[in-house]
Amino acid sequence: MNEQSNIAASTREPVAFNAALAEPFNVLIVGVGGQGVIMVSKVLASLAQAHGFEVKQSEVHGMAKRGGTVFSHVRFGPKVWSPTIAKGEADVLIALEWAEGLRWLPHLRRDTGVFICDTKRIVPPFACRSRRPGAPMRYSTETAEQVSAYVSEAYAIDATRMAEELGNDRAANVVLLGALSTVLEFSLPEWERTVTSFVPKKTIAVNTAAFELGRNWIAEAKTAPPSDMPARSAPTQTNYTPRLEITDAWCKSCEICVKLCPEHCLELDADRIAKLVAPEKCTGCRLCEWLCPDFAIRVHLDAEQPALEAAR
Amino acid sequence: MHTPWQAATAPLREPKELRPLTGNEAIARAAWEAGVRVAAAYPGTPSTEILENLATYPVEDLHAQWSTNEKVALDVAIGASFAGSRSLCAMKHVGLNVAADAFMTLTYIGVNGGLVLVVCDDPGIHSSQNEQDSRYYAKLATIPVLEPSDAQEAYEFTKLAYEISEQFDTPVMVRSTTRLSHTRSTVSVGERCEVPARVFLEQPSKNVMIPAHARGRHVAVLQREDKLKDYLATAAITSWENGDSSFGIITAGTCYPYVREVLPNATVLKLGASWPLPETLLRDFCASVERVFVVEELEPIIEKEIASLGIKVEGKRFFPRAGEFSPEVVRAGFVQAGLLPAPPSLNAWVPEPVVRPPVLCAGCPHTSSYMAVRASGARVAGDIGCYTLAVLDPLRGIDTCVAMGSSIGNAVGMAKAGETKPIVATIGDSTFLHAGIPALIDAVYNQADIAVLLLDNHITAMTGGQEHPGTGKTLRGEPAPRVDYEALIRACGVQWVRTIDSYDLAGTHQALREAIAYRGVAVLISNRPCVLDPIKIKGPPLEVKTSECTACQSCMNLGCPALTWSDEWFEGRHRVKIDPALCIGCTLCAQVCTIDCIKIATPAVTS
Ligand SMILES: Cc1ncc(C[n+]2csc(CCOP(=O)(O)OP(=O)(O)O)c2C)c(N)n1
Ligand code: SF4
Ligand code: SF4
Repeated sequence: MNEQSNIAASTREPVAFNAALAEPFNVLIVGVGGQGVIMVSKVLASLAQAHGFEVKQSEVHGMAKRGGTVFSHVRFGPKVWSPTIAKGEADVLIALEWAEGLRWLPHLRRDTGVFICDTKRIVPPFACRSRRPGAPMRYSTETAEQVSAYVSEAYAIDATRMAEELGNDRAANVVLLGALSTVLEFSLPEWERTVTSFVPKKTIAVNTAAFELGRNWIAEAKTAPPSDMPARSAPTQTNYTPRLEITDAWCKSCEICVKLCPEHCLELDADRIAKLVAPEKCTGCRLCEWLCPDFAIRVHLDAEQPALEAAR
Repeated sequence: MHTPWQAATAPLREPKELRPLTGNEAIARAAWEAGVRVAAAYPGTPSTEILENLATYPVEDLHAQWSTNEKVALDVAIGASFAGSRSLCAMKHVGLNVAADAFMTLTYIGVNGGLVLVVCDDPGIHSSQNEQDSRYYAKLATIPVLEPSDAQEAYEFTKLAYEISEQFDTPVMVRSTTRLSHTRSTVSVGERCEVPARVFLEQPSKNVMIPAHARGRHVAVLQREDKLKDYLATAAITSWENGDSSFGIITAGTCYPYVREVLPNATVLKLGASWPLPETLLRDFCASVERVFVVEELEPIIEKEIASLGIKVEGKRFFPRAGEFSPEVVRAGFVQAGLLPAPPSLNAWVPEPVVRPPVLCAGCPHTSSYMAVRASGARVAGDIGCYTLAVLDPLRGIDTCVAMGSSIGNAVGMAKAGETKPIVATIGDSTFLHAGIPALIDAVYNQADIAVLLLDNHITAMTGGQEHPGTGKTLRGEPAPRVDYEALIRACGVQWVRTIDSYDLAGTHQALREAIAYRGVAVLISNRPCVLDPIKIKGPPLEVKTSECTACQSCMNLGCPALTWSDEWFEGRHRVKIDPALCIGCTLCAQVCTIDCIKIATPAVTS
C-alpha cells in the first residue's frame, strides 16, 4: 500500500463553490519549477471560463524553471478584481510538493479552506549544505498532525508515487487535479474534457487514469483513518572532533587541499607546507585526505567508528 | 444605422471572440490587429513573450525579430516608422537604459508610421537587477505613457497607442508590469486592420537631429505635450467613477484592481495615462472630495505632479515606494490612513523556512565553469544570466554583477586599480553579443591583464531560451548566419583565444589557469549547450553506490539539484544519492567524486 494519509478525515461534504458565486473563488496552486503547476492552473482557469465566470490566473515565471518555488493564483467569479489572492483568503490550496504546501498554508482560509498536498519531497540543494557531523537537513519537519490541527480539511496524497506506478511520474499534477475535482462543482465530463485537451495526445490514457486515481483516492480518504508521514533516519555517531595529521616531508606544495577544502581551513605556511589554520572550521570531511596525491594528510576522528575501518 | 433604443441596449464592446490571454499576449494581439509591420526586441523578463507571440502571427503580416540589444531593437523600430510602417519595440525596464540614447532623441523626431514602445517594469524585482519606474522615462522624454490595468486594457490601450502616436506625432509608451504581463484573463479580440502604407517623408528638419533642427523640435515637443493633456482629460481611457465615499482615489494601471478589490465602492479617478497629466481634470476631481489619495506602485510620479499644482494629496505616506503592490499592501495603506478597519489578526501558521531559490539546472554547463573559476582563486567580475546564480552557495563563484555586459569593463577597472588577485570576467553568449564586444575591444586597446570566460551555452537561457545571433536561428526559427566567436574575438585584437568543453572539468581548470597566466587579454570560450533550451537534454542518469560513499560531500559542492542527502549516514554525515528523474548524466559529480563511487545507473528491473 502507498504511504497515503488523509490528515484530517472529514465527514462533512466538500466545500464546493455555489453555482451562483457572489464572491470570487480562490485557488492557489504551488510547487517547484518543472512540476506542472501552470498546467493545473490552466485547466482550472479554462473550466471556470467555459462556465461563464470571469477568471484571472496569475503567476510569476522567469526563474521558475530553475528549481525555484512556483505559485499560481486562480480566481474566478462574477467579477474578479485583484489577480492575486490575499493571505488567509484561498479557498483551496493545491501543493505539488510537501514543503511548498506548508510554505503557503498561511494563505488558506482557516475555517473553510481545503488543503490538498502531494507528499513528494523535493529537497533543495540548500537543505543539504552543512558538513558538520550530525547536521540536519534543512527541510520541513512539521508533522501531519500539526497540519491537521491548523486547517479544517486536509489531504496528504502520494500523487507522485501513484503517477509513477502508472508509468509516468509527470502525471502527478493530474492526480492532484483528480483530487481537486472532488472539491469543485464542475461536472466530471467537463473535467475530463478539459484535462485531456491540456495533455499531449500520446499521454491521454495515462492522464485519464491518473485523474481517476486522484478522484477516487479522496473519496476513500474521507473514511480511512489518518496515518503519518514516514520518519527520517538519525545519524549514527556525531560526537567526535576531527584532527589532521600532516606529514610535512610528503607535502609538495601543490595546494590542492588548500583550494579544495570546502571550509577554507587550510593554508600553505612560510615554507609552503599545508597547515590547518582554522581547526574550528574543520568538519573532518576527509576531502583533503582523499585528494592529496602524496598521502600527506590523514584525518583522525576522535571517536572513530568501526565503519570507517571497514571502508578502508 | 442604430436606432436610439438599439444603441442603449447594445453592449459596450461589440461581442467578439473571447480569448484567455496574458497581458503580453494581449499586447501582441493588439499590435498585430493594429497593422504593425515591424517588431523588434531583446528578451527580458517579463517582456519576452510579447515578441515570442508576435512571431506566431503570419510572416506576410509582419516581420518580428530578436535584436542584439534594446538600443538596436528601438533603432529598428524607428527605422520602420521612418519608412512609413507601424512598428513595435518591447523591452524590460532596464532595457530602456540601454535604448535611452535613441529614445531621448526619438521624442524630438516623432513618428511617420505609429511607434509604440512597450516597457515592462518589475515591481518586487521578481527577475531583474533593480525596480526602476519607467514612467520617469516617459516624463523625461515628454511622451505619453499608457497604463493598462488588465489584459483587456492591455489590448485596447495598445491599439489606441498607435492612433495617439500618429495623431500627435509622438512615440507612445505602453507600460506593463510583471503582474499584468503574466496574468491571464479573458480578452475580446478583433481582426487585423491593414493600415495604408505611408511613404518615407524627406524632411531633414524633422528626421536629422542637428542642433539647429533639434532646437525647433524641442519646442514642438512641449506644444505636443499641451495638446496631449487636453486629449487625455476627455479620452475614454480616463474614467471618473463616482462612489459613495467622501474621499477620492487617483490611480492608474495595475493598482486599480487592487483599489477596487479593497474599496469596491470608492470614488476613483482612473488615469489611462500616467503622463502627461490632465491638470484641469485633476483639479476638478480633487475639489470634489475631502481627501485625495494617490495609489501608485513604485515612484510618486502622479502624487508629486498633483502636489506641484498646490493640491493637498496623500500617497506615499501610506503606500510603500519599494516593492510590488497587492490587495494586502493597499488595504494596509488605507487602514493606516484610517479609512478601513484593521483586519482581524490571523493566528497564522508559521512554516519552518525551507530555502528554495532558483538554482543552476542539473547538468548545467555553467556549474563546472564556476568550479574552475572558484578554484582559480581569481577576483571574478560577473554578468547577467543564469550563471549569476553561481553567486550562491555552494559555488560562490562571482564577486560582482552590475548590468548586462558590465563584467569586462568592471574587470578592466579592477585591473587598472591594482587589484592583487588575478581577474576573470565571466559573461554569457547572449550578454557578450548584447554589450560585451565594445568592452572587450576596450580591454584590448587599454592592454588590461584580464581573462575573459565566455560561457557559450548556445542560447539566451535565463529568459526562457531565446535565439540570438550566435545560435544560427531567428526568432521564427528560420536558419540564420551564426557568429563565429573565435574569429570575432581575434578580430577585436585578442591574441589568446581557446575553446573548451566545460563538461571536461580537468581540461577547464587547466585552460583557465593558462588564460590567467597569460599577460594581456585572454578569452576562454566554454562551449557546451544549455540542458534546458532549445532542446531538453536528458542522458542516462548516474547513481551513487551508496555502500561505498564516504559522505565527503565533494559532489555536493557542485550544487547540482539532482544530488541530495540519502537516509544513510557515514561518520556522522549523510551519504549522497541522485534523483534519477532530475539527473541528466553530465558526469560532473563522478568527476569530482573522491572515491569513484558514482557510476551510470543500472536500469531498474521493471516488472
Ligand atoms: C538590459 C537588460 N536586458 C535584458 C535583461 C534580461 N536578461 C537577463 S539575463 C539575460 C540573458 C542572458 O543570456 P546569456 O548571457 O546567454 O546567459 P545564459 O542565461 O544563457 O546563461 C537577459 C536577456 C537584463 N537583465 N538587462
Ligand atoms: S537553463 Fe540552461 S544555462 Fe540556465 S541553469 Fe539551466 S542548464 Fe544552465
Ligand atoms: S551526473 Fe551528477 S552532476 Fe550531472 S546531473 Fe547527474 S547528479 Fe548532477
